Amino acid sequence: MRPDPLRSKAVLSDLAGPNAPVVRRSFLRLGAALTGSLALGGKAAMADPAQGSPPADAPWSQSIGAGVVDRPYGRPADTEASVIRRNVPWLTASAESSVSFSPLQDLHGIITPNGLFFERHHAGRPDIDPAQHKLMIHGLVERPLLLTMKDILRFPSISRIHFIECPANGGMNWRAAQMNSLQFSHGMVSCAEWTGVKLSTLLEETGIKKEAKWAMVEGADGAHMNRSLPLDKCLDDCLVVYAQNGEALRPEQGYPLRLVVPGWEGNVNIKWLRRIKLGDKPWHSREETSKYTDLMPDGTSRGFTWLIDAKSVVTFPCPEKPLDGPGLYEIRGLAWTGNGKVRRVDVSMDGGVNWQTARLHEPVLSKALTKFTLPWRWDGRPALVASRVIDETGYVQPTIAELRKQRGSNSVYHNNSIQTWQVKSDGSVFNVQLG
Amino acid sequence: MYSSGKICLPIAVVLLAAVGGLAGATEPGSFGYGSVATPAQIAGWDIDVRGEDGTGLPPGKSTVDRGADVYAEQCAACHGTFGEGEGRFPKLVGGVGSLRDERPEPTVGSYWPFAPTLWDYINRAMPMSAPHTLSADDVYALTAYILSLNDLVPHDFVADRNSLPKVKMRNRDNFIWTDPRPDTMAKPCMNACVDAADVRISSTAEGRDLTPRTTGPLDTMQPK
Repeated sequence: MRPDPLRSKAVLSDLAGPNAPVVRRSFLRLGAALTGSLALGGKAAMADPAQGSPPADAPWSQSIGAGVVDRPYGRPADTEASVIRRNVPWLTASAESSVSFSPLQDLHGIITPNGLFFERHHAGRPDIDPAQHKLMIHGLVERPLLLTMKDILRFPSISRIHFIECPANGGMNWRAAQMNSLQFSHGMVSCAEWTGVKLSTLLEETGIKKEAKWAMVEGADGAHMNRSLPLDKCLDDCLVVYAQNGEALRPEQGYPLRLVVPGWEGNVNIKWLRRIKLGDKPWHSREETSKYTDLMPDGTSRGFTWLIDAKSVVTFPCPEKPLDGPGLYEIRGLAWTGNGKVRRVDVSMDGGVNWQTARLHEPVLSKALTKFTLPWRWDGRPALVASRVIDETGYVQPTIAELRKQRGSNSVYHNNSIQTWQVKSDGSVFNVQLG
Repeated sequence: MYSSGKICLPIAVVLLAAVGGLAGATEPGSFGYGSVATPAQIAGWDIDVRGEDGTGLPPGKSTVDRGADVYAEQCAACHGTFGEGEGRFPKLVGGVGSLRDERPEPTVGSYWPFAPTLWDYINRAMPMSAPHTLSADDVYALTAYILSLNDLVPHDFVADRNSLPKVKMRNRDNFIWTDPRPDTMAKPCMNACVDAADVRISSTAEGRDLTPRTTGPLDTMQPK
């Protein structure tokens, strides 16, 4: 992702043969322009606006560009170098057991690019040889199976678009507004098209014994991360996937095989999936007792709170994307629910006194990110911008005050409250909570 | 149009039923892909232990004293000599009675509901930099030691597949395993939902210096 000035020089010298004097000159100019702009923080090649604007012919119009397969895989423009997953260095003890956040402020649709999909590892990202990777299915089955990747690819395939959200997304804002950033307040949600096999297909192939009620799913990473899932959910809509947005899973997303549990907390979507065992009771693994349980004010804890409740957030404006003076803007945002489809999103500019219904953009898919927009003429006065989703069950996204009334502020997980952005008269935007 | 619709509908129902019937009739092994997992293959990977009753705990046993030695060598660098935790690595002891406090401390002693889960987790994931290198006996030793640090077992406790499920964990009965949500019942009011005079900012992230930068290179900030 980093711009690489050395590499640009290599391209230059390659092309700077005796037959390419014009090319050479323009590349030098383009190189200088890019280097200059990047030094100023990646603000595009506009250091001298006159150079790239009419009536002048832009420098990149006076040269020949790089050829095909110059970048055989491809990568974003160098000027997009700031659009990356980021972490909160003080949040965790080590990067191997940690989380990174998706840059929602720079994304424009419901699909998260594979390189920007948020990460959560418990023992780092393993480097797995797909030729050796196996999936074992055993326990209360008729016919325990060992499947290679080749075997799994032969089963009938299915593609579905689903979000995955870490239930700790927004966890840092349970007590108070803490992270002044969309990326760090909401970036532990991403959405992709997943391709693989229905888990029900694999379980029918092994045969399910009638005493089986639960499945234990386990990863091949160093932590052998494992969770218990009710068999009903496994047979309903779970997917064992090998592809994400049309290409093989990224290593950090579980290559070569992961589980997708639509609408349920990210932690159960086991990456690097190596084993599924059917049993008659849940396992109560560390990840579903010590972690991923919700501590209530009375000292009790809720366990097996898998569902991601309906949530929405305005992605523009946001702290990273302030307003540039009064005028007409399009409020943009994302909404999602583990309960199925988003039915409606309302937006308020006055801290929840009045609401207007936003436009939902197709496709509106079950358990997928849904885009909404609403035109807004900003008069330059301070505003409190918020969105509120209603899902197909009629559930209404709560305020943080309503959530705290039920759960206090120590439950870490499942903060799906309404996000309020304070817009100041200078257009700057801050994460605030109302109460 | 109506009549063709009426004719088509029963046909569609019959077709759906036929397809559904085929899908439902899938017998185990009907695709025939892959191989049947052998008992030896299963035994190698079948590591899971059930928290509630210890099902899956292997043979082997060890003591608190042996655990102290293994702990000093394998765990203390991150978790502290007495389980107090180094830096942001997790504390393993303490926090008893803190769960209703402003700053609760959930640890093995104050929070974990099942002792066999501790054996399972150490065996499954620890030590972080060299997982799956400890013997079953050493995992029993560490489990015994950490339980002892938390005053959950006496100093002469011997951990094995029979004794671990019987350890009474302090927070055992404080978990509700059925999700009570939805637990909020907000109404989608559209106009004059609250008095504008009552809208006030109760907290702001402005000026807190907790947020890493979101442009330029990755931030390495630490809280001030």
